[in-house]
Amino acid sequence: MGLLSKKDAKLITDPLTDNNPITIQVLGICSALAITAELKASIVMSVSVLFVLGLGNVVISLMRNIIPSKIRIIVQLIVVATLVIIVDLVLKAFAYELSKTLSVFVGLIITNCIIMGRFEAFALGNGPWKSFLDGVGNSLGYAVILIIVGFFRELLGSGTLLGIKVLGDPIEKTGLYAFGYENNGFMLLSPMALIVVGLIIWVQRSRNQALIEEN
Amino acid sequence: MEHLELFFKSIFIDNMVFATFLGMCSYLAVSKKVTTAVGLGAAVIFVLAVTVPLNWLLDQYLLQEGALAWLGSEYAEYDLSFLSFIMFIATIATMVQLVEIIVEKFSPSLYNSLGIFLPLIAVNCAILGGSLFMQSREIPSLGLALTYGVGSGIGWFLAILAIAAIREKIRYSSVPPALRGLGITFIITGLMAIGFMSFGGMLTGGDEEKKEKTTEVIVFSKLEKSTEVKKIDINEKSDTKEVAENIKEIEK
Repeated sequence: MGLLSKKDAKLITDPLTDNNPITIQVLGICSALAITAELKASIVMSVSVLFVLGLGNVVISLMRNIIPSKIRIIVQLIVVATLVIIVDLVLKAFAYELSKTLSVFVGLIITNCIIMGRFEAFALGNGPWKSFLDGVGNSLGYAVILIIVGFFRELLGSGTLLGIKVLGDPIEKTGLYAFGYENNGFMLLSPMALIVVGLIIWVQRSRNQALIEEN
Repeated sequence: MEHLELFFKSIFIDNMVFATFLGMCSYLAVSKKVTTAVGLGAAVIFVLAVTVPLNWLLDQYLLQEGALAWLGSEYAEYDLSFLSFIMFIATIATMVQLVEIIVEKFSPSLYNSLGIFLPLIAVNCAILGGSLFMQSREIPSLGLALTYGVGSGIGWFLAILAIAAIREKIRYSSVPPALRGLGITFIITGLMAIGFMSFGGMLTGGDEEKKEKTTEVIVFSKLEKSTEVKKIDINEKSDTKEVAENIKEIEK
Protein backbone atom coordinates (compact mmCIF):
# COMPACT_ATOMS: atom_id res chain seq x y z
CA MET A 1 0.00 0.00 0.00
CA GLY A 2 2.60 2.52 -1.04
CA LEU A 3 0.25 4.81 -2.90
CA LEU A 4 -2.83 4.47 -0.76
CA SER A 5 -2.48 5.06 2.95
CA LYS A 6 -5.40 4.06 5.16
CA LYS A 7 -6.78 7.57 5.15
CA ASP A 8 -6.60 7.73 1.37
CA ALA A 9 -8.36 4.40 0.96
CA LYS A 10 -11.13 5.70 3.18
CA LEU A 11 -11.66 8.56 0.72
CA ILE A 12 -12.62 6.00 -1.89
CA THR A 13 -14.56 3.49 0.18
CA ASP A 14 -16.60 5.90 2.30
CA PRO A 15 -18.73 7.33 -0.52
CA LEU A 16 -19.57 3.82 -1.68
CA THR A 17 -21.64 3.07 1.39
CA ASP A 18 -21.99 5.24 4.45
CA ASN A 19 -21.46 8.58 2.77
CA ASN A 20 -23.00 7.80 -0.60
CA PRO A 21 -23.46 10.97 -2.67
CA ILE A 22 -26.96 10.05 -3.82
CA THR A 23 -28.61 8.36 -0.88
CA ILE A 24 -26.91 10.22 1.97
CA GLN A 25 -25.52 13.51 0.71
CA VAL A 26 -28.53 13.96 -1.65
CA LEU A 27 -26.38 15.23 -4.51
CA GLY A 28 -26.60 14.58 -8.23
CA ILE A 29 -30.06 13.12 -8.28
CA CYS A 30 -31.24 15.10 -11.30
CA SER A 31 -29.31 13.15 -13.88
CA ALA A 32 -29.26 9.91 -11.91
CA LEU A 33 -32.94 9.29 -12.39
CA ALA A 34 -33.69 10.26 -15.93
CA ILE A 35 -31.28 8.01 -17.77
CA THR A 36 -31.52 4.79 -15.78
CA ALA A 37 -34.12 3.02 -17.94
CA GLU A 38 -31.26 1.13 -19.58
CA LEU A 39 -28.19 -0.33 -17.90
CA LYS A 40 -25.90 0.74 -20.73
CA ALA A 41 -26.88 4.39 -20.46
CA SER A 42 -26.30 4.37 -16.71
CA ILE A 43 -22.83 2.86 -17.14
CA VAL A 44 -21.87 5.46 -19.74
CA MET A 45 -23.22 8.24 -17.53
CA SER A 46 -21.20 6.92 -14.57
CA VAL A 47 -18.00 6.81 -16.62
CA SER A 48 -18.60 10.37 -17.84
CA VAL A 49 -19.11 11.60 -14.30
CA LEU A 50 -16.01 9.71 -13.16
CA PHE A 51 -13.95 11.47 -15.82
CA VAL A 52 -15.37 14.93 -15.14
CA LEU A 53 -15.27 14.72 -11.36
CA GLY A 54 -11.83 13.08 -11.15
CA LEU A 55 -10.14 15.56 -13.45
CA GLY A 56 -12.19 18.56 -12.31
CA ASN A 57 -11.29 17.93 -8.69
CA VAL A 58 -7.58 17.87 -9.60
CA VAL A 59 -7.81 21.08 -11.64
CA ILE A 60 -9.71 22.97 -8.96
CA SER A 61 -7.37 21.68 -6.27
CA LEU A 62 -4.33 22.88 -8.24
CA MET A 63 -5.91 26.31 -8.70
CA ARG A 64 -7.36 26.58 -5.19
CA ASN A 65 -4.87 29.19 -4.02
CA ILE A 66 -5.27 31.53 -7.00
CA ILE A 67 -9.05 31.51 -7.37
CA PRO A 68 -10.55 34.63 -5.74
CA SER A 69 -13.32 33.36 -3.49
CA LYS A 70 -15.89 35.82 -4.86
CA ILE A 71 -15.86 34.46 -8.39
CA ARG A 72 -15.08 30.85 -7.56
CA ILE A 73 -18.47 29.56 -8.70
CA ILE A 74 -17.99 30.94 -12.19
CA VAL A 75 -14.45 29.53 -12.35
CA GLN A 76 -15.73 26.14 -11.26
CA LEU A 77 -18.52 26.23 -13.82
CA ILE A 78 -16.09 27.02 -16.62
CA VAL A 79 -13.78 24.15 -15.62
CA VAL A 80 -16.69 21.69 -15.52
CA ALA A 81 -18.20 22.99 -18.73
CA THR A 82 -14.92 22.48 -20.58
CA LEU A 83 -14.59 18.90 -19.34
CA VAL A 84 -18.22 18.17 -20.19
CA ILE A 85 -17.76 19.49 -23.73
CA ILE A 86 -14.91 16.99 -24.14
CA VAL A 87 -17.14 14.16 -22.91
CA ASP A 88 -19.97 15.26 -25.16
CA LEU A 89 -17.79 15.41 -28.27
CA VAL A 90 -16.24 12.00 -27.52
CA LEU A 91 -19.68 10.45 -27.06
CA LYS A 92 -20.95 12.03 -30.27
CA ALA A 93 -17.94 10.69 -32.16
CA PHE A 94 -17.84 7.13 -30.84
CA ALA A 95 -21.34 6.36 -29.51
CA TYR A 96 -23.74 8.54 -31.45
CA GLU A 97 -26.88 6.47 -30.71
CA LEU A 98 -26.14 6.55 -27.00
CA SER A 99 -25.48 10.28 -26.99
CA LYS A 100 -28.97 10.68 -28.51
CA THR A 101 -30.52 8.68 -25.66
CA LEU A 102 -28.65 10.70 -23.06
CA SER A 103 -29.64 13.91 -24.94
CA VAL A 104 -29.42 16.95 -22.69
CA PHE A 105 -28.32 14.95 -19.68
CA VAL A 106 -24.69 14.96 -20.77
CA GLY A 107 -24.84 18.76 -20.69
CA LEU A 108 -26.51 18.62 -17.32
CA ILE A 109 -23.41 17.03 -15.78
CA ILE A 110 -22.29 20.68 -15.55
CA THR A 111 -24.94 21.42 -12.97
CA ASN A 112 -24.77 17.98 -11.42
CA CYS A 113 -24.69 18.90 -7.77
CA ILE A 114 -22.15 16.17 -6.97
CA ILE A 115 -19.53 18.01 -8.94
CA MET A 116 -20.08 21.46 -7.49
CA GLY A 117 -20.61 19.92 -4.09
CA ARG A 118 -17.28 18.08 -4.10
CA PHE A 119 -15.45 21.14 -5.49
CA GLU A 120 -16.79 23.27 -2.69
CA ALA A 121 -16.52 20.73 0.08
CA PHE A 122 -13.24 19.04 -0.77
CA ALA A 123 -11.14 20.23 -3.70
CA LEU A 124 -10.94 23.83 -2.46
CA GLY A 125 -9.27 22.71 0.75
CA ASN A 126 -7.13 19.71 -0.17
CA GLY A 127 -4.18 18.71 -2.33
CA PRO A 128 -4.52 17.32 -5.87
CA TRP A 129 -3.88 13.63 -5.10
CA LYS A 130 -6.40 13.53 -2.26
CA SER A 131 -8.89 15.47 -4.35
CA PHE A 132 -8.47 12.99 -7.17
CA LEU A 133 -9.19 10.08 -4.83
CA ASP A 134 -12.18 11.90 -3.41
CA GLY A 135 -13.48 12.51 -6.93
CA VAL A 136 -13.04 8.87 -7.91
CA GLY A 137 -14.66 7.66 -4.70
CA ASN A 138 -17.68 9.89 -5.02
CA SER A 139 -18.25 9.10 -8.66
CA LEU A 140 -18.00 5.39 -7.87
CA GLY A 141 -20.62 5.87 -5.16
CA TYR A 142 -22.78 7.60 -7.74
CA ALA A 143 -22.11 4.79 -10.21
CA VAL A 144 -23.16 2.08 -7.75
CA ILE A 145 -26.62 3.58 -7.31
CA LEU A 146 -27.02 4.27 -11.03
CA ILE A 147 -26.08 0.73 -11.93
CA ILE A 148 -28.38 -0.83 -9.32
CA VAL A 149 -31.31 1.28 -10.51
CA GLY A 150 -30.47 0.68 -14.18
CA PHE A 151 -30.15 -3.07 -13.58
CA PHE A 152 -33.58 -3.46 -12.00
CA ARG A 153 -35.36 -1.11 -14.37
CA GLU A 154 -34.00 -2.76 -17.49
CA LEU A 155 -34.41 -6.32 -16.20
CA LEU A 156 -38.00 -5.87 -15.00
CA GLY A 157 -39.03 -3.33 -17.60
CA SER A 158 -37.83 -4.84 -20.83
CA GLY A 159 -36.43 -8.22 -19.76
CA THR A 160 -32.97 -7.42 -21.07
CA LEU A 161 -29.55 -6.54 -19.64
CA LEU A 162 -27.26 -4.40 -21.79
CA GLY A 163 -29.62 -5.25 -24.66
CA ILE A 164 -29.20 -9.03 -24.23
CA LYS A 165 -32.46 -10.90 -23.76
CA VAL A 166 -31.75 -12.70 -20.48
CA LEU A 167 -35.32 -13.74 -19.77
CA GLY A 168 -36.10 -15.13 -23.21
CA ASP A 169 -37.92 -13.64 -26.15
CA PRO A 170 -41.31 -12.05 -25.41
CA ILE A 171 -42.53 -12.44 -29.00
CA GLU A 172 -41.34 -15.98 -29.61
CA LYS A 173 -42.51 -16.95 -26.11
CA THR A 174 -39.30 -18.62 -25.01
CA GLY A 175 -37.61 -18.73 -21.60
CA LEU A 176 -39.69 -17.24 -18.78
CA TYR A 177 -42.24 -15.89 -21.21
CA ALA A 178 -43.33 -19.44 -22.05
CA PHE A 179 -44.76 -19.61 -18.51
CA GLY A 180 -46.85 -16.49 -19.01
CA TYR A 181 -44.37 -13.93 -17.61
CA GLU A 182 -44.94 -10.37 -18.83
CA ASN A 183 -42.60 -7.39 -18.84
CA ASN A 184 -43.57 -4.63 -16.44
CA GLY A 185 -43.55 -1.69 -18.84
CA PHE A 186 -44.20 0.63 -15.93
CA MET A 187 -40.60 0.22 -14.80
CA LEU A 188 -39.47 2.08 -17.91
CA LEU A 189 -41.49 5.18 -17.03
CA SER A 190 -39.81 7.96 -15.09
CA PRO A 191 -41.75 7.75 -11.77
CA MET A 192 -40.42 4.27 -11.09
CA ALA A 193 -36.85 5.58 -10.97
CA LEU A 194 -37.83 7.68 -7.95
CA ILE A 195 -39.55 4.80 -6.24
CA VAL A 196 -36.62 2.42 -6.86
CA VAL A 197 -34.20 4.95 -5.35
CA GLY A 198 -36.60 5.36 -2.42
CA LEU A 199 -36.52 1.61 -1.87
CA ILE A 200 -32.70 1.54 -2.04
CA ILE A 201 -32.61 4.22 0.65
CA TRP A 202 -35.02 2.15 2.71
CA VAL A 203 -32.84 -0.97 2.46
CA GLN A 204 -29.66 0.95 3.21
CA ARG A 205 -31.05 2.72 6.24
CA SER A 206 -32.61 -0.34 7.76
CA ARG A 207 -29.23 -2.07 7.52
CA ASN A 208 -27.38 0.87 9.04
CA GLN A 209 -29.57 2.32 11.79
CA ALA A 210 -27.19 5.23 12.39
CA LEU A 211 -28.28 6.86 9.15
CA ILE A 212 -31.94 7.19 10.13
CA GLU A 213 -33.14 10.81 10.10
CA GLU A 214 -35.00 12.49 12.88
CA ASN A 215 -38.42 13.66 11.86
CA MET B 1 -53.05 29.31 -29.30
CA GLU B 2 -49.53 28.06 -29.95
CA HIS B 3 -48.36 29.98 -26.88
CA LEU B 4 -51.15 28.65 -24.70
CA GLU B 5 -50.45 25.08 -25.81
CA LEU B 6 -46.72 25.34 -25.08
CA PHE B 7 -47.47 27.05 -21.77
CA PHE B 8 -49.71 24.27 -20.46
CA LYS B 9 -47.50 21.60 -21.96
CA SER B 10 -44.42 22.90 -20.13
CA ILE B 11 -46.30 23.22 -16.84
CA PHE B 12 -48.09 19.89 -16.71
CA ILE B 13 -46.99 17.40 -19.36
CA ASP B 14 -43.26 18.14 -19.48
CA ASN B 15 -43.09 19.19 -15.85
CA MET B 16 -39.46 19.87 -14.94
CA VAL B 17 -39.51 17.79 -11.77
CA PHE B 18 -41.93 14.99 -12.56
CA ALA B 19 -41.13 14.30 -16.20
CA THR B 20 -37.44 15.14 -16.53
CA PHE B 21 -36.16 15.23 -12.90
CA LEU B 22 -34.51 18.61 -13.26
CA GLY B 23 -33.64 20.64 -10.20
CA MET B 24 -34.10 17.62 -7.94
CA CYS B 25 -31.25 18.59 -5.63
CA SER B 26 -32.73 21.87 -4.51
CA TYR B 27 -36.21 20.38 -4.76
CA LEU B 28 -35.27 17.88 -2.06
CA ALA B 29 -33.09 20.19 0.00
CA VAL B 30 -35.31 23.27 0.23
CA SER B 31 -38.74 21.65 0.51
CA LYS B 32 -38.95 21.30 4.27
CA LYS B 33 -41.00 24.46 4.74
CA VAL B 34 -43.65 26.02 2.49
CA THR B 35 -42.40 29.59 2.91
CA THR B 36 -38.83 28.86 1.78
CA ALA B 37 -40.16 26.68 -1.02
CA VAL B 38 -42.27 29.59 -2.29
CA GLY B 39 -39.22 31.87 -2.21
CA LEU B 40 -37.04 29.48 -4.20
CA GLY B 41 -39.87 28.67 -6.61
CA ALA B 42 -40.45 32.35 -7.36
CA ALA B 43 -36.74 32.89 -7.94
CA VAL B 44 -36.65 29.94 -10.36
CA ILE B 45 -39.59 31.28 -12.39
CA PHE B 46 -37.90 34.68 -12.55
CA VAL B 47 -34.49 33.39 -13.62
CA LEU B 48 -35.91 30.93 -16.17
CA ALA B 49 -38.02 33.70 -17.70
CA VAL B 50 -34.87 35.79 -18.17
CA THR B 51 -32.31 33.17 -19.21
CA VAL B 52 -34.30 31.03 -21.66
CA PRO B 53 -35.07 33.88 -24.10
CA LEU B 54 -31.53 35.22 -23.69
CA ASN B 55 -30.01 31.84 -24.50
CA TRP B 56 -32.46 31.51 -27.38
CA LEU B 57 -30.99 34.69 -28.86
CA LEU B 58 -27.45 33.41 -28.28
CA ASP B 59 -28.30 30.09 -29.89
CA GLN B 60 -30.01 31.69 -32.87
CA TYR B 61 -27.46 34.40 -33.66
CA LEU B 62 -24.17 32.94 -32.45
CA LEU B 63 -24.06 29.20 -31.89
CA GLN B 64 -26.20 27.35 -34.42
CA GLU B 65 -24.82 26.14 -37.69
CA GLY B 66 -24.99 29.09 -40.08
CA ALA B 67 -26.05 31.46 -37.28
CA LEU B 68 -23.16 33.82 -37.97
CA ALA B 69 -24.46 34.62 -41.47
CA TRP B 70 -25.45 38.09 -40.29
CA LEU B 71 -21.73 38.92 -39.95
CA GLY B 72 -21.09 38.33 -43.62
CA SER B 73 -21.15 35.48 -46.10
CA GLU B 74 -17.67 34.21 -45.17
CA TYR B 75 -18.92 33.36 -41.67
CA ALA B 76 -22.03 31.53 -42.88
CA GLU B 77 -20.51 28.07 -42.59
CA TYR B 78 -19.36 28.30 -38.98
CA ASP B 79 -20.96 25.90 -36.51
CA LEU B 80 -20.23 26.85 -32.92
CA SER B 81 -22.84 24.64 -31.31
CA PHE B 82 -20.14 22.70 -29.41
CA LEU B 83 -19.67 25.87 -27.35
CA SER B 84 -23.28 25.98 -26.23
CA PHE B 85 -22.71 24.42 -22.79
CA ILE B 86 -20.08 26.93 -21.81
CA MET B 87 -22.00 29.90 -23.26
CA PHE B 88 -25.27 28.90 -21.62
CA ILE B 89 -23.77 28.36 -18.19
CA ALA B 90 -21.81 31.62 -18.43
CA THR B 91 -24.99 33.50 -19.35
CA ILE B 92 -26.86 31.90 -16.50
CA ALA B 93 -24.16 32.64 -13.92
CA THR B 94 -23.85 36.26 -15.05
CA MET B 95 -27.61 36.80 -15.25
CA VAL B 96 -28.09 35.41 -11.76
CA GLN B 97 -25.44 37.79 -10.45
CA LEU B 98 -26.97 40.70 -12.36
CA VAL B 99 -30.49 39.90 -11.23
CA GLU B 100 -29.24 39.75 -7.66
CA ILE B 101 -27.65 43.21 -7.92
CA ILE B 102 -30.68 44.77 -9.62
CA VAL B 103 -33.19 43.29 -7.23
CA GLU B 104 -31.10 44.44 -4.28
CA LYS B 105 -31.01 47.98 -5.65
CA PHE B 106 -34.66 48.42 -6.62
CA SER B 107 -36.62 46.13 -4.36
CA PRO B 108 -34.94 45.41 -1.06
CA SER B 109 -38.00 43.60 0.29
CA LEU B 110 -37.99 41.15 -2.63
CA TYR B 111 -34.25 40.80 -2.20
CA ASN B 112 -34.69 39.88 1.42
CA SER B 113 -37.13 37.13 0.55
CA LEU B 114 -35.25 35.81 -2.50
CA GLY B 115 -31.74 36.87 -1.53
CA ILE B 116 -30.32 33.67 -0.09
CA PHE B 117 -31.70 31.56 -2.92
CA LEU B 118 -30.39 33.51 -5.88
CA PRO B 119 -26.76 32.28 -5.77
CA LEU B 120 -28.06 28.72 -5.34
CA ILE B 121 -29.94 29.01 -8.58
CA ALA B 122 -26.87 29.31 -10.80
CA VAL B 123 -26.16 25.65 -10.18
CA ASN B 124 -29.77 24.49 -10.30
CA CYS B 125 -30.12 21.91 -13.06
CA ALA B 126 -33.59 23.20 -13.88
CA ILE B 127 -32.18 26.49 -15.20
CA LEU B 128 -29.54 24.97 -17.48
CA GLY B 129 -31.97 22.19 -18.37
CA GLY B 130 -34.51 24.77 -19.50
CA SER B 131 -32.01 26.29 -21.91
CA LEU B 132 -30.78 22.91 -23.18
CA PHE B 133 -34.30 21.61 -23.77
CA MET B 134 -35.13 24.89 -25.50
CA GLN B 135 -32.20 24.18 -27.83
CA SER B 136 -32.90 20.49 -28.44
CA ARG B 137 -36.65 20.99 -28.99
CA GLU B 138 -35.89 23.75 -31.52
CA ILE B 139 -38.34 26.31 -30.21
CA PRO B 140 -39.02 28.56 -33.21
CA SER B 141 -39.45 32.12 -31.86
CA LEU B 142 -38.36 34.44 -29.05
CA GLY B 143 -41.93 34.76 -27.78
CA LEU B 144 -42.32 31.01 -27.53
CA ALA B 145 -38.96 30.76 -25.74
CA LEU B 146 -40.25 33.23 -23.14
CA THR B 147 -43.48 31.24 -22.80
CA TYR B 148 -41.49 28.06 -22.39
CA GLY B 149 -39.26 29.61 -19.72
CA VAL B 150 -42.16 30.98 -17.70
CA GLY B 151 -44.18 27.78 -18.12
CA SER B 152 -41.46 25.43 -16.96
CA GLY B 153 -40.67 27.79 -14.08
CA ILE B 154 -44.29 27.65 -12.94
CA GLY B 155 -44.24 23.87 -13.29
CA TRP B 156 -41.22 23.67 -11.00
CA PHE B 157 -42.85 26.11 -8.56
CA LEU B 158 -45.99 23.96 -8.37
CA ALA B 159 -43.94 20.83 -7.76
CA ILE B 160 -41.86 22.26 -4.91
CA LEU B 161 -44.91 23.91 -3.33
CA ALA B 162 -46.82 20.62 -3.38
CA ILE B 163 -44.00 18.54 -1.90
CA ALA B 164 -43.29 21.15 0.79
CA ALA B 165 -46.92 21.13 1.86
CA ILE B 166 -46.95 17.32 1.98
CA ARG B 167 -43.69 17.20 3.94
CA GLU B 168 -45.06 19.62 6.53
CA LYS B 169 -48.03 17.31 7.10
CA ILE B 170 -46.13 14.03 6.95
CA ARG B 171 -44.23 14.96 10.07
CA TYR B 172 -47.29 13.91 12.07
CA SER B 173 -47.68 10.48 10.52
CA SER B 174 -45.77 7.38 11.54
CA VAL B 175 -43.47 6.57 8.68
CA PRO B 176 -41.24 3.46 9.06
CA PRO B 177 -38.05 4.76 10.71
CA ALA B 178 -35.73 3.81 7.84
CA LEU B 179 -37.90 5.65 5.33
CA ARG B 180 -38.13 8.89 7.33
CA GLY B 181 -36.99 12.05 5.60
CA LEU B 182 -35.38 11.33 2.28
CA GLY B 183 -36.82 7.91 1.51
CA ILE B 184 -40.46 8.79 1.87
CA THR B 185 -39.92 12.04 -0.05
CA PHE B 186 -38.61 10.04 -3.01
CA ILE B 187 -41.56 7.68 -2.95
CA ILE B 188 -44.09 10.51 -2.63
CA THR B 189 -42.44 12.30 -5.55
CA GLY B 190 -42.72 9.08 -7.57
CA LEU B 191 -46.43 8.83 -6.79
CA MET B 192 -46.94 12.51 -7.68
CA ALA B 193 -45.12 11.88 -10.95
CA ILE B 194 -47.51 9.03 -11.72
CA GLY B 195 -50.35 11.46 -11.02
CA PHE B 196 -48.86 14.05 -13.34
CA MET B 197 -48.58 11.43 -16.09
CA SER B 198 -52.34 11.57 -16.42
CA PHE B 199 -51.97 15.08 -17.87
CA GLY B 200 -50.27 13.41 -20.84
CA GLY B 201 -53.54 13.13 -22.71
CA MET B 202 -54.50 16.76 -22.13
CA LEU B 203 -53.16 18.06 -25.44
CA THR B 204 -53.48 15.58 -28.24
CA GLY B 205 -51.36 15.79 -31.33
CA GLY B 206 -48.15 16.51 -29.39
CA ASP B 207 -44.81 14.74 -29.55
CA GLU B 208 -45.87 11.87 -27.32
CA GLU B 209 -48.47 10.55 -29.73
CA LYS B 210 -45.87 10.43 -32.48
CA LYS B 211 -43.45 8.53 -30.24
CA GLU B 212 -46.13 5.98 -29.36
CA LYS B 213 -46.90 5.49 -33.03
CA THR B 214 -43.27 4.79 -33.88
CA THR B 215 -42.93 2.21 -31.08
CA GLU B 216 -46.15 0.55 -32.25
CA VAL B 217 -44.77 0.37 -35.76
CA ILE B 218 -41.56 -1.22 -34.50
CA VAL B 219 -43.49 -3.83 -32.53
CA PHE B 220 -45.68 -4.56 -35.54
CA SER B 221 -42.72 -4.95 -37.84
CA LYS B 222 -41.12 -7.37 -35.34
CA LEU B 223 -44.36 -9.37 -35.18
CA GLU B 224 -44.59 -9.44 -38.97
CA LYS B 225 -41.04 -10.71 -39.22
CA SER B 226 -41.67 -13.51 -36.72
CA THR B 227 -44.89 -14.58 -38.51
CA GLU B 228 -43.01 -14.56 -41.80
CA VAL B 229 -40.37 -16.82 -40.31
CA LYS B 230 -43.08 -19.20 -39.09
CA LYS B 231 -44.76 -19.18 -42.50
CA ILE B 232 -41.48 -20.07 -44.15
CA ASP B 233 -41.02 -22.88 -41.63
CA ILE B 234 -44.45 -24.25 -42.46
CA ASN B 235 -43.74 -24.01 -46.17
CA GLU B 236 -40.52 -25.89 -45.74
CA LYS B 237 -42.30 -28.58 -43.77
CA SER B 238 -44.97 -28.93 -46.48
CA ASP B 239 -42.21 -29.07 -49.08
CA THR B 240 -40.49 -31.90 -47.29
CA LYS B 241 -43.84 -33.71 -46.96
CA GLU B 242 -44.43 -33.32 -50.68
CA VAL B 243 -40.95 -34.56 -51.44
CA ALA B 244 -41.47 -37.57 -49.19
CA GLU B 245 -44.80 -38.35 -50.90
CA ASN B 246 -43.18 -38.01 -54.29
CA ILE B 247 -40.44 -40.42 -53.26
CA LYS B 248 -43.08 -42.92 -52.03
CA GLU B 249 -44.94 -42.63 -55.33
CA ILE B 250 -41.71 -43.20 -57.26
CA GLU B 251 -40.92 -46.26 -55.14
CA LYS B 252 -44.37 -47.66 -55.91
